[in-house]
Amino acid sequence: MAVIGGSTTGRKVRWTIVDIAIVAYALIPVLWTLSLSFKTAESQTDKKFFPSEWTFQNYRDIFSTNEFVRALVNSIGIALIATLIAVVLGTMAAYAIARLDFPGKQVLVGVSLLIAMFPQVSLVSPLFEMERQLGIFDTWPGLILPYITFALPLAIYTLSAFFREIPWELEKAAKMDGATPAQAFRRVIAPLAAPGVFTTAILVFIFCWNDFLFAISLTSTEASRTVPAALSFFTGASQFEAPTGTISAAAVVITIPIIVFVLFFQRRIVAGLTSGAVKG
Amino acid sequence: MAEIVLDKLTKRYPDGALAVSEVDMKIADGEFIILVGPSGCGKSTMLNMIAGLEDITSGELRIDGQRVNEKAPKDRDIAMVFQSYALYPHMSVRENMAFPLRLAKVDDATVKSKVEEAAQILDLTQHLDRKPANLSGGQRQRVAMGRAIVRNPKAFLMDEPLSNLDAKLRVQMRTSVSKLQKQLATTTVYVTHDQTEAMTLGDRVVVLRGGVVQQIGSPQFLYENPANLFVAGFIGSPAMNFLPGTLENGQLSTGLGALTLSDRVRRLAEEAKAPREVIAGIRPEHFEDANLMDDSAKSGGSTFTATVDVLESMGSDKFVYFTVEGEAATSAELDELAADAGSHELSDSGSQLVTRLSASSAAAEGHPVDVWFDADKVQLFDPKTGKNLTYAE
Repeated sequence: MAVIGGSTTGRKVRWTIVDIAIVAYALIPVLWTLSLSFKTAESQTDKKFFPSEWTFQNYRDIFSTNEFVRALVNSIGIALIATLIAVVLGTMAAYAIARLDFPGKQVLVGVSLLIAMFPQVSLVSPLFEMERQLGIFDTWPGLILPYITFALPLAIYTLSAFFREIPWELEKAAKMDGATPAQAFRRVIAPLAAPGVFTTAILVFIFCWNDFLFAISLTSTEASRTVPAALSFFTGASQFEAPTGTISAAAVVITIPIIVFVLFFQRRIVAGLTSGAVKG
Repeated sequence: MAEIVLDKLTKRYPDGALAVSEVDMKIADGEFIILVGPSGCGKSTMLNMIAGLEDITSGELRIDGQRVNEKAPKDRDIAMVFQSYALYPHMSVRENMAFPLRLAKVDDATVKSKVEEAAQILDLTQHLDRKPANLSGGQRQRVAMGRAIVRNPKAFLMDEPLSNLDAKLRVQMRTSVSKLQKQLATTTVYVTHDQTEAMTLGDRVVVLRGGVVQQIGSPQFLYENPANLFVAGFIGSPAMNFLPGTLENGQLSTGLGALTLSDRVRRLAEEAKAPREVIAGIRPEHFEDANLMDDSAKSGGSTFTATVDVLESMGSDKFVYFTVEGEAATSAELDELAADAGSHELSDSGSQLVTRLSASSAAAEGHPVDVWFDADKVQLFDPKTGKNLTYAE
């Protein structure tokens, strides 16, 4: 292997510096938010990285209001349902796109790409009107539906790439071994596509969880307002006080499910699961 | 155990391409039959049609006298070994082999005993709990075979099962496939593009070209009596030599000089109404170093002198290559064979002749040598139709 940029130690040092810079760039805002969430209201603006006085008051505050807890429930429920439906539909669509030749396949792929590229902002007003007419404005389905719509192209694209990786001969072999198409899919294809399904699930979940645009436009009450939207309604103790502490605490809290979700599925994303299927 | 009958089996793709055309064949119970031909000749399509992985456009496929055209692969009770092995990577060897039995809802004890029995036959017992990724090519190949034999299917279909193995292992596996087939006595259809496998493995060989059956017969019969130029050129290694020639009064003139045909060959050629222009085919082993023969033995043939281009000593024989002056033999079939072998550039001046001489021959590169060939073994082909004019039933 060619040694790029001199000796190994020199290279190691340089890489370490780059790594540290990237990690710092990514983590400092997060740590800053974490720090803010533990500061008292008076010390919010003291410009210190570590709180001089630690407090859980901000966390107590957000959980004592119904506003945040209710938003959290909405967020988890809506994101999970949307993820589940998008992944199930996406799996079937992606399998069809990867394996079958049917009329209009290119059109279908094109349309789903089109949806993914469409600026969401331009759809907010028509969606608002439509949802009010249909009576799903400010309900869970009112958010789940657009989330599925915008997550599906993502799911289809990621998953069809995974399905294409699986040798088709495995399916033929399963058929020859006496499996029905459903059995072949369930016992051979699905286990092999699992890493792809989990990856897609994480991406879709994060997309739904982070969305602010639809959450703020298509909700009006606590009935369906999700956390990102609810955060913008936080108020300080008085009108002269910014709700920095509580917003930080809430931001920290809503990061936790994402971390849990990723950690939980990460172990299942085993690379190279299909190795050994074909060739010698 | 089953008899498989192909009755005018045809496969036409939606774009109109004809992959398999009106194939009539009867595969007897327990027979080992080889489908052979260059790539794209429809042999794999035919196998997939028997398997049920490809629809049959027209004609009828019968297994044990029953029409199975419309049956799904799983209802045909046929096992298949794929070129890529197609092992399930998330299952252990044991689970891979048990998979067909599990799908057939066989009870656990039977599954266990059958898998172990198959593992015993294929020498896989110590690998049962490993994953395919941790196996060598030969072991994977055996697992693929194991998955096929566990459930005693009516027939085995094998799609170039040895082509991914290295040369030495391929020879070894070839004998074990042959032994296994004899031991199980299960009807087997085996697809290959390797003419050595075709010659050594099968009871009968089917040579295909462009979806059309060229000839069906035992390997030895095909070798000695090829029905046309294509079969003649495909079967045998090194391949048969083809020379353009003119036929006149029982005399054949080629780039090797004039030759009086034997009575047998002349009679056959006359019966077949041979045209004046023909292509003569001579197998490499029908040549011999003239200096090693006594005069009486030489009488049934003709001798020519040529300069040795290349000499390959195989120990047991010497392969000696010459260049024959004049035009090279041309026909659609020979062109196709050359394209398949990837050898277009050969005939820059004259055509190449391969001969197989005794190891004791004194032939040396760059030096002339007298070579004799057997007039009775010359085969004549019609350059237009490719038909063998000296075909003897």
